[in-house]
Amino acid sequence: MNILIKNGHIIDPADKIDDNLDILIAEGKIAKLGKQGTLSQSGAKIVDAAGKIVVPGLIDMHVHLREPGYEYKETIATGTAAAKAGGFTSVCCMPNTNPVNDNRAVTEFMLVQAGSASARVFPIGAITKGSKGEELAEMGELFAAGCRAISDDGKPVMNASVMRRAMEYSKIFDMLVIAHCEDSALSGKGVMNEGDVSTELGLRGIPRAAEDVMTARDISLAELTGCRLHIAHVSTAGSVRLIRDAKARGVKVSAETCPHYFTLTEEAVRGYNTMAKMNPPLRTADDVAAIKQGLKDGTIDVIATDHAPHALDEKSGEFDYAPFGVIGLETAVGLTFSLVDEGILSLTDVIRKLSTNPALIFKLNKGKLAVGADADVTIIDPNVKWIVDASQFSSKARNTPFNGWKLKGRAELTIVGGKI
Amino acid sequence: MARNTGTRPLAINGLTMALSSKDLLGIQGMPKDEIELILDTAATFKDVSERDIKKVPTLRGKTVINLFYEASTRTRTSFELAGKRLSADVINISTSTSSVVKGETLLDTALNIEAMKCDIIIVRHSCSGAPAYLSTRLKSSVINAGDGSHEHPTQALLDMFTIREKLGRLEGLTVAIVGDIEHSRVARSNIYGLSTMGAKVKVCGPPTMIPPGIERMSATACYDMDEAVEGADVIMMLRLQLERQAAGLFPGVREYARLYGLNQARVARAARNAMVMHPGPMNRGVEISSEVADHTPVILHQVTNGVAVRMAVMFLLAGASKAEA
Repeated sequence: MNILIKNGHIIDPADKIDDNLDILIAEGKIAKLGKQGTLSQSGAKIVDAAGKIVVPGLIDMHVHLREPGYEYKETIATGTAAAKAGGFTSVCCMPNTNPVNDNRAVTEFMLVQAGSASARVFPIGAITKGSKGEELAEMGELFAAGCRAISDDGKPVMNASVMRRAMEYSKIFDMLVIAHCEDSALSGKGVMNEGDVSTELGLRGIPRAAEDVMTARDISLAELTGCRLHIAHVSTAGSVRLIRDAKARGVKVSAETCPHYFTLTEEAVRGYNTMAKMNPPLRTADDVAAIKQGLKDGTIDVIATDHAPHALDEKSGEFDYAPFGVIGLETAVGLTFSLVDEGILSLTDVIRKLSTNPALIFKLNKGKLAVGADADVTIIDPNVKWIVDASQFSSKARNTPFNGWKLKGRAELTIVGGKI
Repeated sequence: MARNTGTRPLAINGLTMALSSKDLLGIQGMPKDEIELILDTAATFKDVSERDIKKVPTLRGKTVINLFYEASTRTRTSFELAGKRLSADVINISTSTSSVVKGETLLDTALNIEAMKCDIIIVRHSCSGAPAYLSTRLKSSVINAGDGSHEHPTQALLDMFTIREKLGRLEGLTVAIVGDIEHSRVARSNIYGLSTMGAKVKVCGPPTMIPPGIERMSATACYDMDEAVEGADVIMMLRLQLERQAAGLFPGVREYARLYGLNQARVARAARNAMVMHPGPMNRGVEISSEVADHTPVILHQVTNGVAVRMAVMFLLAGASKAEA
């Protein structure tokens, strides 16, 4: 079925479009772009995007879909439904499943499940076997199965020599290496940011240095090896500074942050709120300011959610025992749009962080609305005010710190491959 | 005058004899007059433990549960005695022998206990925040008997009671707390309580054991014990957990004792009638020399006062008595 999106405002940074244009979608591809009212409507389903922005489908480079192994938390079906509800047409899913995605069988299984999913799924393979940090996973096999990035996310690769060899080896395939920067000797049994709040609450802290030392290490290793490095979930001012300096020196490093790191601080943990427990943890106001500046000046290229579903039972009870992680697919757009109101990002910048740049970094032939491109389109109402109601989420999970929040901006329609 | 419940009438006219919250979770944020109410109430209950028949009918018919997720002889026995001397029915649950070993969650355990219609649940847990979690989900009163590194409110109350008893006041005193402040719920509760009551608190220990932001809790920090105890009215020693050596927080007990142990020389630097305190159990020869420990009867007074303070807390939470004008 053809689709004609009319009266909308197209923002496509990749093709430098920022204009009131209509789009015709045919056979799953972008068929035509034209001035408002100039495209023929015959046979097409009409979508009226008046007052809305029409952008290349959003891409979340960092989600946990939990399948195989943890289907009680989320499945590829429910996670992609959440993605679509949040405006994402593509997600890149992390390999800390059970079994870990360190081989072709698991990657192919994920792709089979993704065949009937609501959004496109791009599996990320593990760096080491079982993500144990010891032996390299068979990267060639993972690449052949479809992985274009590797990560041991959830854990760091603690042994610098193993990380070095992984980075060197990745060059055979131009595989993106996504680093979870955390020195586990420093983070220890910590459950929140180390600082005034952790002292008051009597909870063990994770110092910011635990992230900074590994960001520095992995940047050095990327310089040594020449691989393409992407720093996941940046949470500290120190990391932002290191990445900025590295980019200025010409190191091939990119970085992502998550909406909770530019919206919340460690204060959200007060009252032992497990919905504010994630790794890396929420930090201080200084870190939030540095991350916003990093987004503004381009140091941080991507906003990804690190969508980490858990069952409510697991997040209930003693703070120490609750697993780390919060979901984010269905609140990312609303939270990111606050940055527009605050003057941190323009609308075009937002689309860059949520679509254009993830596509470039992950080397997906996406993130654009040029003629011939896949018809992955997101229509966003940038002005609609809405209240977050976790009980209505498409995700299986409910573990969000934003339940009840008033947000502005929401994806109204997500088109994947020309299908609504 | 208070209604005669078999205790000596309380000399507080027209005041409601109950705490502002149904629970006692911590000393942080507790107003001065509430702390004073507990200490004054404890003073009247202290007599009960001196009598031949150590019982008053105040909490007769009330049910008290000790739900201890962490091993404890001292605190649990103290709460048990406090409840029994008030004539309450007291049950002890130690989780190593309960369905917790079968994987029952904290909430399910507590709800099951509450379903048996308990009035007061006393919780000790290794996780900070566990009693707070229960307090919002249970109708019973929850008393925090120590949660992780967070608070141990009845310990701080009995410490303040003991100091007030011996030195006549809390306001204007200098109190030095020495040891592993980072991991100490006793230190935190005492810092909150003593500063609310107008005392000046100094904390001392190796930098590895002083938590960040301690100054925001109104305590000054220093690493030199001689300096910390200089002129102090009270020296409160904390127990050194020997596992902290394995975690690399200090190189060994020999050096720890030399730098942070309380010996006669350091006691001599304190104020003339200074008190030495310790929440127990003591590591003789580590944080406190045997010599000092043996000449410090106050440490045992803390134990005696503990029962009285816990009786006061249970009495006030059960809202057992309202003063009549």
